[in-house]
Order: sequence, then C-alpha cells, then structure tokens
Amino acid sequence: MPHMSSQANLQQPQKRAETPPPKTSVGVIGWLRQNLFSSWANSLLTVIVGTAAFFLLKAIFTWVFFGAEWHVVSNELNFLLIGRYPEEEVWRIWTLLLFFHALLGLSWGFGKGIMNSIAYTIGGLLFISMLLPFIEMSTRIWIIANLATLISFFFIGHKFPKVKKITFVGWFLSFPIVIFFINGLGILPNVSTNLWGGFMLNILLAVVAIVCSFPLGILLALGRRSKLPIVKYFCVIYIEVIRGIPLITVLFMAKFMLPLFTGGIEVDEVVGAMVALTMFSAAYMAENVRGGLQSLPRGQFEASQALGLNSTYTTVFVVLPQALKAVIPAIVGQYIAIFKDTTLVLIIGLLDILEIGLSMIAKPEYIGLDMEVLVFGAVVFFIFCYLMAHVSRRLEKSLSVGNR
Amino acid sequence: MKNEKSTATPFWRDTRVIPILLQILFVVIVVIVGTFLFTNAMTGLDRLGIKFGFDFLSNTAFFDIGEKEIEYTPKDSYFRAYLVGIVNTIKVGIAGIILASIVGVLVGISRLSNNWLVRKVSTIYVEIFRNTPLLVQIFIWYLAVILQFPKIEEEMNLGPFFISNRGTALPWFDATSGSLLWIIFSIVGLIAAVVIRSRLINKQIETGKITHPGLWSIAVFIGTLLLALLITRSAPFTLDYPSINGRLYEGGYTLTTGFQAMLLALVVYTSTYIAEIVRGGIQAVSKGQVEASKALGLKNSTTMSKVIFPQAIRIIIPPVTSQYLNLIKNSSLAMAVGFPELVYVSQTVLNQTGRAIENITLVILVYLTLSVITSIIMNIFNKKFQLVER
Repeated sequence: MPHMSSQANLQQPQKRAETPPPKTSVGVIGWLRQNLFSSWANSLLTVIVGTAAFFLLKAIFTWVFFGAEWHVVSNELNFLLIGRYPEEEVWRIWTLLLFFHALLGLSWGFGKGIMNSIAYTIGGLLFISMLLPFIEMSTRIWIIANLATLISFFFIGHKFPKVKKITFVGWFLSFPIVIFFINGLGILPNVSTNLWGGFMLNILLAVVAIVCSFPLGILLALGRRSKLPIVKYFCVIYIEVIRGIPLITVLFMAKFMLPLFTGGIEVDEVVGAMVALTMFSAAYMAENVRGGLQSLPRGQFEASQALGLNSTYTTVFVVLPQALKAVIPAIVGQYIAIFKDTTLVLIIGLLDILEIGLSMIAKPEYIGLDMEVLVFGAVVFFIFCYLMAHVSRRLEKSLSVGNR
Repeated sequence: MKNEKSTATPFWRDTRVIPILLQILFVVIVVIVGTFLFTNAMTGLDRLGIKFGFDFLSNTAFFDIGEKEIEYTPKDSYFRAYLVGIVNTIKVGIAGIILASIVGVLVGISRLSNNWLVRKVSTIYVEIFRNTPLLVQIFIWYLAVILQFPKIEEEMNLGPFFISNRGTALPWFDATSGSLLWIIFSIVGLIAAVVIRSRLINKQIETGKITHPGLWSIAVFIGTLLLALLITRSAPFTLDYPSINGRLYEGGYTLTTGFQAMLLALVVYTSTYIAEIVRGGIQAVSKGQVEASKALGLKNSTTMSKVIFPQAIRIIIPPVTSQYLNLIKNSSLAMAVGFPELVYVSQTVLNQTGRAIENITLVILVYLTLSVITSIIMNIFNKKFQLVER
C-alpha cells in the first residue's frame, strides 16, 4: 500500500498548474528573509548592527548639517588648496587645469569605459564647486570654463578619434608643462618653492614621486633579477633597506643629511621631499614589478630568445609589457599609498594641506573647529584615493576579460 | 695566423667579458659618487666642528620623557633615552599588532557574512579608513576626539576607569610576595596541560576510546593553580585602582593621550588592510573544500577551524607579515602627537647635538633590526602552517 500512495504523490504535481513560490521567499520580504533574518542569530545581529548604524548615521548627519561650522573651510578654501601661492599668479594654475581638463576630455571621448568614472567624478566636483555660494565671481568663471572645456573636448575626442596621438603627446608633455607653469622657470615671474603649498603641493609631490619612481623601480627590479652579482646585491640592499625603514626617516635624511652630502649647495626643501618620496616609492615599485617578472612563465623568455631577440628587446618588448600588466593593481595600490604619504612632508616643515589645516586650527578665531578642518582634508583625500582604487578594479576586470 | 686574428671576437663584444666590464663600470660610478658625497659630508662636518662618531651617546641627555616603561631621568645618557624610545615603539607595535589582527579578522569575516547589513557596514569601514591618510586619521583621533574628552576635574568615571583629556587610567596589577611562584606554577601547569592533551589525543586516535583530552588538560591546569594557591596562600596579584590627585592620576596604569590616539589610528588603519587580506585568503580556498567537508557531515565551526582556516592562513600570513612591518614603521608618526617613541627621541637628540648622520643611522639600524625580528617570528609561523606536500 505505501508503494501505491507514493506513486500517487509523484503524479500529482504534473496535473496541477505551477504554484507560485510562497510570498515569503520573493520580493522585498524574501530579500529581507534571505539577507537579514535567515536565522535567529542573524536577526539578532541585524538588529544590533542596525541600531548602532542608525544612531551613528544620525549623529553624523546632525553634525554635518547642523553642528559643524563649515565657515572655517569656506573662508580658507583657497589657502587649503593652493597655500600661499601669489594671488596674481593663480591664473597659471587655472590654465594648467584647463589643459588637463582638455586632455581628460579627449581621453574620455575615445577611451570611455574606464575613463567614465574619472570624468564623472571630476566633472561632478567641478559642477558642485561651481554651485558653491561663497566663491568669488572670477573663480566661478574659471570653474565654468574648465567644465565647458571638459565637455567640449569630450565631444571632439568622440567625433575625431584621430586626436588620440595628440592626446598621448599631451599627456607625455604634461609633466614639464606643469613645472613650467607653476614655477615660471624665468619666463613667467618666478614662484619659488617655498610658496608652493596646500593640496596642490600634495598632488605635485605625488605626481613627481609616481612619475620618477616608475622607471627607477623597473630598473631596480631588473637589477635585482640580474645575473651580475654586484648590480644584483646593490639593488637587493637598496630595496630591502628602504623597505625596512619608515618614510619619515627618508624625509629626515633629505632634510638633515642631503645638505651635508651636497657640500654646502642649498637643496630646496620641496625638491628634497620629492627626491625622498621618489627614492622611497621606487623600492616598493621595484618589488611590485619583480612580482610581475616572476609571474611570467619561462617560455616567454625562451620564445623570444628563439626568435633571436637580444636581451634588451626581450626585456622591453616581451617581458615588461606582460609583467607590468600583471601587477597593475599592486602598482595602483602603491600610487594610492604614496599619495596618502605626501601628508608626511608636514613633519619636515612643508605647507601641505594638513599642515595648513593644523595652522588654521591653532588660530584663535577657529579654535575648537578641529573636526571640521580635518574631516575636510580626509574627504579630499578620500575622493581621489577611492577614485584611483575604483579605476584600478575596473582596469583589472577589463584586462582579465582580455586574457580569457 | 693572420686570418685567425681578424675573425676573433674583440673583447668588447665578448659575452664573457661584457658583464665583467659592465660591473666594473657600475662599481666605478658608485665609488666615485660615494667618495664625492663622503668627502662633502666630512668637510661639511669639519666646518661645523663636529667629529663623526657615536661617543656622544654617553653624554647626559638633560631632557625628560613623558612616558617611560623603564627608569629614566634627565640625568641619564642619550643612550638610555634611546632605550626608552625603543621600548615605547615596541609597546605601541605589539599592542597595535594584537588589536589590529583581532579587528582585522573580524571585519574580514564580516565582509563575507551572509547578512547584508553586516557586509555593507564592514565594507564602508574598510573603504573609509583605507582611503584616507594615516596622518590625518591620527590628528582626527588626537585633536578632535581624545583631546575633546572632559577635563580631569570633571572626569568621566566608568567604574574603576577614568577617562579625561589627560589620558585614560585603568586598574593595573600589582605584584605580591607570591607572584613569582604563581607565574612559575601557571607556566608549569600550562605545559603539563598541553602535553597531556596531545598524549590523550594520540591515545584516542590509536585506540579509538574516547579519552576527553580537553577536560583532562583543563583539570590539570586548574589543579596546578590550586596547588599554587595552597602554597602561597595569597592572590596572584592585587589590583591597583587609579585615583585622581589634584590634576594628575595616581596609581593604576595611565594610557597617555598620545598613546591612545596612536594606537587607535594604527589599529583602525592597519585592520582595514588585514581585513582585505583575510577576505582574500578565505575566498581563495576553493569551494570544493567547503562542499566536501559538508558532505562529510562536519559542523560549520569545524569546517571553519579544521578545513578553511588552515588553508587560508597559508595565503594570509605573508601579506599580513608585511602589514605588521608597516604598522611598526607607521608608529614613527607618533612623534606628530608627542608620543615619545624612537623617532621622537631621536629628533630631540638630533636637535640638541646636531648630529644628523649618527642619529638617523641609529634609527635606521633599530628599525631594520625590528623588521628582521618580526620577519623571523612570522617566518616560524609560516613554516608551521606551510603545506606539507607528499
């Protein structure tokens, strides 16, 4: 008899129309059940974390919109961003920004994909700062000009893909152009480095360290894998010593020891900091690149040897492109780290955004506004670091798709 | 003869000679640059009237250090001052490593939780604290949080804990006459417990009889502690409760504001990196392992502790080691909030003596030693957990 009944059970579902899933497993309720209240322990966790998060969010919200006195940031925004850069020369920074927004717009036009998030963030920042009520009229015009440049060059890049080459040349030349515009180099009125400051200084230091440590790091990595013992051990010792000590000590070396070693020649403090950051970053970059070199299968070397390429061609055209591609995430991570580390220059007395913020907190009219100033600094860094991390993840994904 | 000579490879194209020539060239350049810098430094020092050497370390320091774990007065030598700084660096380093590991593992596991809210909260935590500079975080904790605590006269009082902008005071252990005996007994008890546990487990594996290794080892440990109590007839330690005398803490153990800010910032910052490493390590364990252990009927907790964790830890240890090293190196930022660790002390000495090269070299040597010690300890761990291949 049990046999019979089981057969009947088996046949039943075929006759009936398909029943919809129970209401508790679809829609909002289903999602909640699955993700927040799947078991009693999970429900308890949800309630505790939810309550804590609610009160924290509420506290943050009330502070940001009602408690905080943001006038300290709005009053001193210029000072925080460009330091003591002379006011009559500020147009140079704006022109530079125009140049970069043009390049960014062009790259966005034909690049799309990955460039989207960068362009949206930068454009969004420009748009928000354009709407800020407290900025001067001239600043607002500059911002609008920048936004217009970004958008119009996007369309140019989009319509004429041939501008690709010009854009690459532009990016390539951007570094000397930046130095020329900011410093003047004798053609424009000279703005000495002790007037460089604010967030601009952080960006400059980071860019110099990133650009210079890249080739240096590759050389060190190749040197570390070299068969020549003297070169190899020189690179090993350099990399390991630098990686074993804090950045502060390298900065102190630049400040206190470099003047001794150069034999009385004045070393500019900003240049010293750039050298220190570059030397420090190069050691880490070398280890990243070495990771990429090690990940390459031997067959790549052997194949290029079989093709008759000499070791220089093998390295430049076969090994490095693949090795660097494999470690892009690590390299971007290193860039983010060095960008965050530029705040350390305040310890050797440079006026970066954090040092300026701290000096403002010390002023009697802004006493007690520590949180506002520091949070502003943190947010500025967060936007750029998060953007870089995001782009790196996108890049990683698109590259791994290409590999498949 | 003539013909042979003309076809022979000239030495500058001989692949056996080129490397040697290149290296000689490299050495010559390094030596020239080195000598140039060295002579410059020597003439510079001569002009300043400073003789290179480390004998200044035995001079009297004449400065006081606010926070010290070892005896130190301004009458002591610079060397002693350095020791105080090194001990403080190690103190913040060890406390930071332990706390950051705990927080990091918790956040890392939370990021893989099946609870949506927990997952989101831990992701936001990681993104916020990873993407802002550590120095900014240190100043936020120090200036905007810890220094905003109430003044010492109107201190917050949580039981025996005192919290104010002069630091936090905790009750602390005070040694009694029996403390040494207690320590000896508890170490002996611990060793005995471990030995008995492994013996019983082996026996259980061999004979199949249930031997209750856990219960026995705990019983042995408690037994030795009871023995210690019988012999000493006193508690292992007395608690020293802090109190406030005027505007200073008295008794107990005081965590200074600088130390608190530094520890908080280091723990929060490093824990985000450890969390990402832990998450990556757990995700790297292949799904089949979990499914296989479920198919074998293992409990969730057993799956975690005996299957996933041992495999994940192999992936986790090397990158976490470099995070520990980063934490120790980052503790040098404590000088910004006036916590007297190694770099802070060295800066004070440098300002007093003007001996840049010696002081910076000392700091570098100490950090390299600390890095090497940490690496050795973590390598021992790594060996222990390494995959033993057939």
